[in-house]
Amino acid sequence: MGLEQKLGNMGVVTMTLEQAVNWGRTGSMWPMLFGLACCAIEMIGAISAPQNDMSRFGMELMRASPRQSDLMIVAGRVTRKMAPVVRRLYDQMPEPKWVIAMGDCASCGGIFNNYAIVQGVDEIVPVDVYVAGCPPRPEALINGVLTLHEKVKKEKLSTWA
Amino acid sequence: MTTLEQTTQALKAKFGDAIEAIETFRGETTVVVTADKVVEVLKHLRETPALNFRWLADVTAYDDYPEEPRFKVCYQIRNLMEPLNLRVKAAVGGETPTLASCTSVYPAAGWQERELFDMFGITFTGHPDLRRILMPSDWEGHPLRKDYPLGYEEVQFTFNYDAIDKKKPYAKE
Amino acid sequence: MTNNPQLLEATLDELKHLFSQRAQTGETMVLNMGPQHPSTHGVLRLIVELDGEILVNTVPDVGFLHTGIEKNMEAKTYTKALVMTDRLDYLNNMGNNLTYVLAVEKLMDVSVPERAQVIRVILAELQRIASHLIWLGTHTLDLAIQSMLFWCVREREHILEIFEDISGQRMMTSFMRPGGLWRDVTPNFIEKVEAFLEYLPARLDDYETMTRNNPIWIDRTQGIGVISGEQALDWGLTGASLRGSGVRLDLRKLLPYSGYETYAFDVPVGQHGDVYDRYWVRVLEMRESLKIVRQAVDRLKKLAGAPVISDDRKVVPPPRAELGRSMEALIHHFKLWTEGYSAPVGQVYVSTESPRGELGVFLAGNGGPKPHRVHFRTPSFVNLQALPLMTKGHFIADVVAVVGSIDIVLGDVDR
Repeated sequence: MGLEQKLGNMGVVTMTLEQAVNWGRTGSMWPMLFGLACCAIEMIGAISAPQNDMSRFGMELMRASPRQSDLMIVAGRVTRKMAPVVRRLYDQMPEPKWVIAMGDCASCGGIFNNYAIVQGVDEIVPVDVYVAGCPPRPEALINGVLTLHEKVKKEKLSTWA
Repeated sequence: MTTLEQTTQALKAKFGDAIEAIETFRGETTVVVTADKVVEVLKHLRETPALNFRWLADVTAYDDYPEEPRFKVCYQIRNLMEPLNLRVKAAVGGETPTLASCTSVYPAAGWQERELFDMFGITFTGHPDLRRILMPSDWEGHPLRKDYPLGYEEVQFTFNYDAIDKKKPYAKE
Repeated sequence: MTNNPQLLEATLDELKHLFSQRAQTGETMVLNMGPQHPSTHGVLRLIVELDGEILVNTVPDVGFLHTGIEKNMEAKTYTKALVMTDRLDYLNNMGNNLTYVLAVEKLMDVSVPERAQVIRVILAELQRIASHLIWLGTHTLDLAIQSMLFWCVREREHILEIFEDISGQRMMTSFMRPGGLWRDVTPNFIEKVEAFLEYLPARLDDYETMTRNNPIWIDRTQGIGVISGEQALDWGLTGASLRGSGVRLDLRKLLPYSGYETYAFDVPVGQHGDVYDRYWVRVLEMRESLKIVRQAVDRLKKLAGAPVISDDRKVVPPPRAELGRSMEALIHHFKLWTEGYSAPVGQVYVSTESPRGELGVFLAGNGGPKPHRVHFRTPSFVNLQALPLMTKGHFIADVVAVVGSIDIVLGDVDR
């Protein structure tokens, strides 16, 4: 009889430290309120509309302050005037932090290929998950969030800050 | 009950040579005025009780680049009682295009003139607060001019993917 | 990207002339309600000068969402540029499309069949209801009624389902085309709209119960942000911000477009010009929109089978079925797809009533297939100028109420 089975009979579960910490991190990742443009409206729809409820993932608490949030969903087009603000807010977030680039404008500049728009927010902050769409459906955003959860669950001890 | 014909007749009678032309296109009337008389014409249109163009809808401009004077500034005004729509157009150009501000007549033009300063470089004398509004304050150039480039970034296809990837700035951390 | 690290510091040097003497000595505090703020409805930066909690002056700093849409549209043909108009005022997508398409139709002198006009009215009014729902949800959320946001977004999902049914896209539909609509509506459109018309009035009653006689709501909104009708007209305010001050001005009645003169509806006005009146005007407008949609749906039932787009082949591409049979159709298709139609030299200005006010499009053609200049006279840009006037002397917490009541959308302000 293996050790784990014996412990299981006594009501004890064993797992690696990585699994435990990653599970905790995905369970209640708090997004920062960072809606810039049209994608923000779909983000509000994803979080607040009862049809697509994001609080089942523990994420309905959107923190306005970057100091208290883990996830920055860049929802909308980032202009050259707004770019230093985005970087400053990213720097103010404590580790561990993740970034989802929501929508086409945040991923690659979208339909606006001109002087005023930064062609993809990954020129400014490192992005973990890109969600395509103009704007992406609320279900697409939730899919992006779940993809991020899977990415977080694969993180290793050596990559933690 | 005033009509647009009566308005244009009244303007021609009062301002004579300052009215360069009256154009009609698709049912809309445009009065082309010399640049130094624009504010007077607007003031007359607003304050004469018979004309009563109390509302300023829009102040905009367009750039006919190689032609001089290059910028045509258009004021879209409206008589709310009839209702009547009228456009007053003035041409400015040169190295530093300047025009008198109409905020003394229509305060609604405040930010619209700031936008024209930002996008075209037209200076409005007498404006209470003329600074850039849409672009960052240390931006150089006036984006909506025809000789200002679009700022187009080359699209990444498979044949030039790596070449563009090397040049593109990615954030590391 | 600019290289200036001090870009965001509230540089009192360049803004010195806007603040009072007391700010220079430090008697009053200059504070930054920065671009990222939970209550500014987007990336709006307000630099406020505070004497304790009383606001002495506000300077809005806009431009954080300036997308260069006007310049980008000059690089695309008239029909392709339509796609960019959805993204301007992103809560009024159908309305932006409609205004731009009306301007192109005026410039190219194309007439629109009646069925298309009726469907345009239905879609524009549904969009108005959707926009007012988001406004109501976020405005009440700012003033601490949290449930309203959930309810309003739930209602809006029904409208977005209708839009998705007919066009495939929830928000950025680009459903209108110069000459009419992209294509006809689906067969279940009328029953979906009628089901929505049955469903919404009871919900609107719920919303009124929650806010209209709520003492906290009344305390926070009555007497705040007062602006008189004369001042509002001077400063170019339009929409519910103007009607809240008692001026009965609605472009659907004053300069009707797309058949609005044939529908029976009222224009609600307020009396005091404060936040409460502007809120009440918008709630009543939602009910008026329902009336208009009901009349339009009755009209639509009688127009079954009518065309939804003009047959002026210089502007409107022929249907695919004709391409195999007619040489002219093939040539028109080819010219329109490769080069586009050329507009005459001239300028037009068309304005419609968006949920925020007067949305105008100034379109200048230069004989070529691409617009020479497209300018959008957006209501939020002009309405926001009056913010310093409306918030002088109020508490800092009331700024949030006033910003919500003007109903700005930053895509509209910055384009």
